[in-house]
Amino acid sequence: MSEQVKTLGERRSFPGLLTVEGLKVQYGAIQALRGVSLQVGQGEVVALIGANGAGKTSTLRAVSGMLKPSAGRITLGSRDITGLKAHQMVPLGMAHAPEGRGIFPNLTVQENLELGAYLRSDTAEIQVDMEKNFTLFPVLKERRRQMAGTLSGGEQQMLAIARALLSRPKLLLLDEPSLGLAPQVTETIFRTLRDVNAAGVSVLLVEQNAHLALNAAHYGYVLETGEVVMAGPGKALLDSAEVRRAYLGE
Amino acid sequence: MAQLLQHLINGLAAGTIYALVALGYTMVYGVLKLINFAHGDVMMVGVYMGYATAIGLGRQAQSSLWGVALIFAAAMLGCALLGFFIERFAYRPLREKPRLTALITAIGISFALSYGFQLDLGFKLPLPGGYELSLALPGASPRAFPEIIRPTEWLIIGDRDVVIWNWQVISFLIALGLMLVLQYLVYRTRFGRAMRAVSWDHRVAALMGIPTDRVIALTFMLSSALAAGAGLLYAIKDTSVSPLMGLYVGLKAFVAAVIGGIGNVPGAVVGGLVLGLVEEFVVGYAASTWRDAVAFGFLILVLLVKPGGLFGRVAAEKV
Ligand SMILES: Nc1ncnc2c1ncn2[C@@H]1O[C@H](COP(=O)(O)OP(=O)(O)O)[C@@H](O)[C@H]1O
Ligand SMILES: [Mg+2]
Repeated sequence: MSEQVKTLGERRSFPGLLTVEGLKVQYGAIQALRGVSLQVGQGEVVALIGANGAGKTSTLRAVSGMLKPSAGRITLGSRDITGLKAHQMVPLGMAHAPEGRGIFPNLTVQENLELGAYLRSDTAEIQVDMEKNFTLFPVLKERRRQMAGTLSGGEQQMLAIARALLSRPKLLLLDEPSLGLAPQVTETIFRTLRDVNAAGVSVLLVEQNAHLALNAAHYGYVLETGEVVMAGPGKALLDSAEVRRAYLGE
Repeated sequence: MAQLLQHLINGLAAGTIYALVALGYTMVYGVLKLINFAHGDVMMVGVYMGYATAIGLGRQAQSSLWGVALIFAAAMLGCALLGFFIERFAYRPLREKPRLTALITAIGISFALSYGFQLDLGFKLPLPGGYELSLALPGASPRAFPEIIRPTEWLIIGDRDVVIWNWQVISFLIALGLMLVLQYLVYRTRFGRAMRAVSWDHRVAALMGIPTDRVIALTFMLSSALAAGAGLLYAIKDTSVSPLMGLYVGLKAFVAAVIGGIGNVPGAVVGGLVLGLVEEFVVGYAASTWRDAVAFGFLILVLLVKPGGLFGRVAAEKV
């Protein structure tokens, strides 16, 4: 369906990392994705924007193996990862901070973080990463003995991101990190996101807040009822009249 | 006063057994949101495994220290294996089906075990050297469970006002030991962390790289092994074993788990102890015929006051 995608501007070139081709997802009779194709390069931040129900979350879930696509191909690096289970994706460098944060409120903050490093056995290095995380999010260090369920919404989002980073991912999938957060908190999170990306982690960012996402992203895709309808560099999308009308309320 | 002490001791001995079985209900409910109605019957099968091992060892060996250890090991390992197979072939295929399907399957397995074990089926296999291997289902009538711990009075207070038997103390210590091991496993190890994560949300747990199927299988094995241990303690106390014991003890332990708040590990322990004590005091001060009625009445009372059980938080159920 790529012939129907309206592409704006030139894409800066990054070495390839994630390639999604013709991805279809079905929930019973509901077809949530009708052939989505997109790419994320090494070191790139890619935003996926679209209205509520467009299929953003379904795309991330299919990519991370939380659900099985009914058609399509997903490759990470040179490896075909289509149909792998979620827990098999983690050692390949995939980390997914799911919608609604998905922290474990019945575990302490520290235990949540340790689960992020579940598959790693390099204890000393984990400690280093743990400290790095605490530098990014000092509040998590203060609260590490608390039950994660007692954290505020913003702190839970920080925990979800920190936990995802502890697996040392190549690719970080983020689902609506700004949802329900105060503007200053959102800003903190997006600032950290830039630092994380600067350290070499690629990001596929899903947001309803198009302005925020496109500003932070090198490249963006616009999803509408399960299909990519537009793509282009973040700035180009921000400047496009269609995006401004449909997603920025102008 | 002395009488009170005696009831306290008896109640605690019974309560720790309920607690061990209740822990199995609660852990499986934790990871699968399934009331494993076959749990008590798995326990019963474990008791028969221990029984067979005891008979095989003979009267002398069965009550030696290594004999008892072997009986417990055989029952617990055998049950772990049984739990593994039940999960793998009965529950796992139904994982994504409506919850009711698995629940009915659990009831089916429960009946298959408790009534299947009453059948008179068996065969003998001649072995070289004049030996023969005979395998048979136990049949419907209860059997006397061998005295693998020869009863001795360990402590007598006053004019036999309080009598503490060796098996009461040993049973209490074994149960306590198993609970401490479990507590350590669940709250201090990597596996326990994974288990608690799966119990909150297995889809998100998988995103951490946790092989959720394996964690669920291990949880089943662990809870089945605990049930086998508890079942043996019950059989020692009751000095009998029967195919229907699983239904009865299982139901009581289920009540204990619900009293404590199903899905909650410390809750199962407290629920078991409370139930054991309540039953003992009813039998001691009222009449033994009231025992079951009071147990269930107590359950209803707890649920009326705290619908999530003593330790449960209804509001904290995940959204
Ligand atoms: N678990 C589900 N069962 C059935 N339909 C679903 C489920 N999850 C999402 N959908 C449907 O799939 C479509 C895409 O949803 P989703 O991927 O959550 O969109 P977004 O994240 O962009 O809001 C919607 O029409 C939604 O109603
Ligand atoms: Mg969504």
